[in-house]
Amino acid sequence: MRMVRAVFSHGSGRIGGAIVGFYLLVAVLGMVGLTPHDPLAQFRIDRLHAPSAAYWMGTDLFGRDVASRLMVGVGQSFIVAFLSVAFASLAGTVLGLAAAWLGRRWDGIVMRVMDVLLAFPAILLALLIVAVAGPGTWTSVVAIGIVYTPIFTRIVRGPALSLKAREFVDAARTFGSSTHYIVTRHLLLNLVAPLTVQVTLALAWALLTEAGLSFLGLGTQPPAASLGLMLSDSRKLMETAPWLMIFPGLAIMISILGFNLLGDALRDILDPRTRRSPA
Amino acid sequence: MTYLMRRLATFPLVLLGVSILVFVAIRMVPGDAITAMLGTEAGLLTPQQRQSLAAYFGIDQPWLVQYWRWLLGVFQGNLGISVTYGRPVLDVILERFPLTLELALMSMIIALAVGVPAGIFAATRNERPSDLGVRVIAMIGQSTPSFVLGLLIIYTLSAGFGVLPAMGAFVPLWQDPLRNLGQLILPALTLGFAFAASVTRISRSAMLDVLSDDYVRTARSKGASARSVIWRHALPNALIPVVTLSGIEFGYLLGGAVIVEQVFALPGLGRMVLDAILQRDYALVQGCVLFIAFNFMIINLLVDLAYVLLDPRIRLGEQ
Repeated sequence: MRMVRAVFSHGSGRIGGAIVGFYLLVAVLGMVGLTPHDPLAQFRIDRLHAPSAAYWMGTDLFGRDVASRLMVGVGQSFIVAFLSVAFASLAGTVLGLAAAWLGRRWDGIVMRVMDVLLAFPAILLALLIVAVAGPGTWTSVVAIGIVYTPIFTRIVRGPALSLKAREFVDAARTFGSSTHYIVTRHLLLNLVAPLTVQVTLALAWALLTEAGLSFLGLGTQPPAASLGLMLSDSRKLMETAPWLMIFPGLAIMISILGFNLLGDALRDILDPRTRRSPA
Repeated sequence: MTYLMRRLATFPLVLLGVSILVFVAIRMVPGDAITAMLGTEAGLLTPQQRQSLAAYFGIDQPWLVQYWRWLLGVFQGNLGISVTYGRPVLDVILERFPLTLELALMSMIIALAVGVPAGIFAATRNERPSDLGVRVIAMIGQSTPSFVLGLLIIYTLSAGFGVLPAMGAFVPLWQDPLRNLGQLILPALTLGFAFAASVTRISRSAMLDVLSDDYVRTARSKGASARSVIWRHALPNALIPVVTLSGIEFGYLLGGAVIVEQVFALPGLGRMVLDAILQRDYALVQGCVLFIAFNFMIINLLVDLAYVLLDPRIRLGEQ
């Protein structure tokens, strides 16, 4: 609760929080089907209808309501973003803690594997994974999750190594605390702050990557709605129906902006070093 | 020196890992290269023809043999033959790379030319409305996906001014510099915008940190002008994080900007890898990924070495 209050007393946090909150609401409404129209229904007579009272964001080439598809698309993008970041943060935390705690050979092996993954350009690695497993929502989750795992591993391993060398960890060992207790209580609890910041920023990247994959036709597959796919489809009709491009484009941009603002605010609040000079 | 040697020693290991990963991954993509290459015509091939084509591209052997042959070739500068282009992979890569390199360089120049002055401007006006304005623009820039910005630029140009970006066959810089710049300026601006936003943010926060350091206060109290304090005393130290960020970002851009290349129909490295993955062009995917990973690692090493030049207090490899 204190955290929520801190976020809302921070300028960026307030705006970011409001944006993310609004998107979450839209995503939930989209997922439970509370949209102005059926996102798959084709109103043939109203094809490429400009935004109006009946169709807030116009209709597409098949006469489908853009606003309804956008709401479903936001839900889709958020599911992929949240699940992939959950995957990456969980895998990264386990690997980072294992590398730091076990040290020596294990540290070397884990970090070299992460170096290999980091040497791949993120989008190419995701593309390769999608090509192997076939495009789809779950593939996107795994692909984006794997791409961001090395970042979380690094974020966890560095501080975990320095925490491991601290006196209170030595003291805990002397008192006979189990490894499990030390790792979860002393290491993990102290890593919550950097992890929270990273998770928020990673959500912004995950949304970006998901939209990018869908834009290339390798994410969510039609007729399901996805922001990247809607944007990609809009290219051919850009001049006759600009709303097909503008609304999904803005929707992607503002959602990423929301998580970036929230991430910045959390960094200011949780990291005392940056408090002096928020970027 | 020892640091450099240690870093260089990890290169082969990481590259070996990358090569194994990409080798296995691309072979797990469903479908085979011959069918992907010939499309429906593959159905007309007799089993013997299919067999001899597979033998020609070396994909008829067990995976281990294929990998070993390919690895031996790599050591001799031979990355194999592309199934799609029917030519050596290295030739195909070197043909596409100038565009990718030029695009990455142009984006970085735009980012640094805009981002560093904007960051300094904002830092020297900390918490004033002009600082807030720069921060808002930088935040929006960082949150705008390149494909959204690219499409918006194309739309604004075509709907507002009735012009379309110069697409069509790509002309290299040395053939027609003006036409080449005309083709690359919009993609470079698209990529440079987000890049500039990151540079602005990091320059601003680095400058703010440095401006509150004791040595800057000393310089001020000795009567140095505001301009001299910023440009001579503070900037060199504030540039260190900017170098890191720019280096890493540049390294990524050398891997090809798949989506921007797609939006502007540019034949760069990124789009070639995407097509190669979809075509199951094993040798081309392997060669490209290895080439990109190698470049990325070299750039990262250069970034580390640049630290020492910018800040002699840093001794690499020391804890």
